[in-house]
Amino acid sequence: MSARDLVIEAIYLAASVLFILGLKSLSHPDRARLGMQQAALGMVLAIVGTLFNHEIVRFDFIAVALILGTVIGYPLGMFVPMTAMPQRIAISHMFGALAATLVGVAEYRIHQQAMPRSTMAALGFEVLFGALTVTGSFMAFGKLQEFITGKPVTYRGQNTVNITLFGVAIAMFLFLIFRPGTPMVFYGMIALALLLGVFMVLPIGGADMPVVVSLLNSYAGLASSATGFAIQNNVLIICGALDGASGFLLSVLMSKAMNRSFGNVLFGAFGSAQPALAAGAEAKDLTVRSVSAEDAAIQMAYAGEVIVVPGYGMAVAQAQHVVRELADLLEKRGVTVKYAIHPVAGRMPGHMNVLLAEANVPYDRLYDMEDINPEFERADVALVIGANDVVNPAARSDPQSPIYGMPILDVDKSKGVIVLKRSMNPGFAGIENHLFYAPNTSMLFGDAKSSLTRLVSEVKAL
Amino acid sequence: MISIIELYVFVLAAFVGFQVITRVPPLLHTPLMSATNAISGISLVGSLVLAGANRDSVSNWLGFIAVTAASINVVGGFLITDRMLKMFRREPRPELAAPGAKVEKAGQRGGGSR
Repeated sequence: MSARDLVIEAIYLAASVLFILGLKSLSHPDRARLGMQQAALGMVLAIVGTLFNHEIVRFDFIAVALILGTVIGYPLGMFVPMTAMPQRIAISHMFGALAATLVGVAEYRIHQQAMPRSTMAALGFEVLFGALTVTGSFMAFGKLQEFITGKPVTYRGQNTVNITLFGVAIAMFLFLIFRPGTPMVFYGMIALALLLGVFMVLPIGGADMPVVVSLLNSYAGLASSATGFAIQNNVLIICGALDGASGFLLSVLMSKAMNRSFGNVLFGAFGSAQPALAAGAEAKDLTVRSVSAEDAAIQMAYAGEVIVVPGYGMAVAQAQHVVRELADLLEKRGVTVKYAIHPVAGRMPGHMNVLLAEANVPYDRLYDMEDINPEFERADVALVIGANDVVNPAARSDPQSPIYGMPILDVDKSKGVIVLKRSMNPGFAGIENHLFYAPNTSMLFGDAKSSLTRLVSEVKAL
Repeated sequence: MISIIELYVFVLAAFVGFQVITRVPPLLHTPLMSATNAISGISLVGSLVLAGANRDSVSNWLGFIAVTAASINVVGGFLITDRMLKMFRREPRPELAAPGAKVEKAGQRGGGSR
């Protein structure tokens, strides 16, 4: 190893340490920003160090690509609104996986004739998972951006088709390990993986996206780790492993929060036809109490404690700023306002936290499910904004319900519940929510943002 | 040829990853995702060599696209992570100090929207 290579390796090592410290800093919001800035410094070091690699002989492609990437990346970093965060994250998984896949293809093209099996295994894994993540992430992006339907797309025999495709892709992968010099199989496998990415995400509905986005995060990480194995680069292996571990942990957490297994999310096509049929009949003999903004405002203004429960509906209506305005007014009147965040509220892990932080809600007011659930009994009002399944008591009480066993926010235990909802349509899972018919629940119908605006002006008028 | 050392590196890094990331509170799960995204832009180290090694024009162009894609993640990822983390603020202390004197005159509007 030449002196130059040694220096480059030392820089990579330093960068790896900075990345790990950066992720470690995320354990506390006060230190997180500085830690991530140090990680960014590590990235700059790694890039500059790489440019001294003796294999690099021309810089024109590099320079133009770096400039192009910066020009595209800057607006993606600075101007994407927080409400569009889930699709922004999804599309970046696509970019990451694309880079890994292309490096894999290029390596294969050059070395295919004399490729050791272990390298081929790493390369095969890289392009298989990379390609699958490219199209899978694009589909997730499309569903979140809503140019592809957010509803699960299902057809007869879908799982059989998907599993068969996956089996064939794996078979091609194994074949390549023993016969690396078969480009037809290699490119065929990539084509199949690309197709598989589309088919895999197609049957998954919008509300399951937190799991899918995390899982794709994990795949993208594993693909880049495999790149590290293929080109023998430790910093790539380390970062890929970190990324993979993070994505995997998040998807496990998200699945747990929905009380479902990975398999169920990926192959379950939750909330398709059946549950919705059963729902209509039983709802008839129940009455809904609708409330005016004025009465709701009085109920909250004279409460001791109000717990706000935001859901995807708040994100859709972009109502987070009005929520904060209402909370400010209530606090001025001496009301304690807290926020209860369900782990799968919204379309990606932590979605609600980011939106509320954007609206200047201090983070020590945002409570996780376990911390806030005992509080509901003491709360005078639980204000549910566009959340449905995560507050459905059927998850606790009704073994017949498709969401039975899913941990929920115990909103129904508070003295009064005010639900902001557009109409009585059931939520994503198509399940009737008995919370809406409970005697202590009142419904305030209308768009979340305009309802909140009315509440704000009513509280002001008091 | 892949050496056993690389497997060690992978396993240990994954282990560290699990340890570090289990401590990230749900509060910061979105910034965590964008942070790992930004860090995964490290695939630049592979893409840069590919784009600059001048093996043949196909490799150059594959490298070109890979560098573009990876640098989008680096630039966009770190910027958006920073933008998000900047928003997470603790409650200002004075508000907590005087719970009795909270009712203020109407007309003072909270600067809620930005």
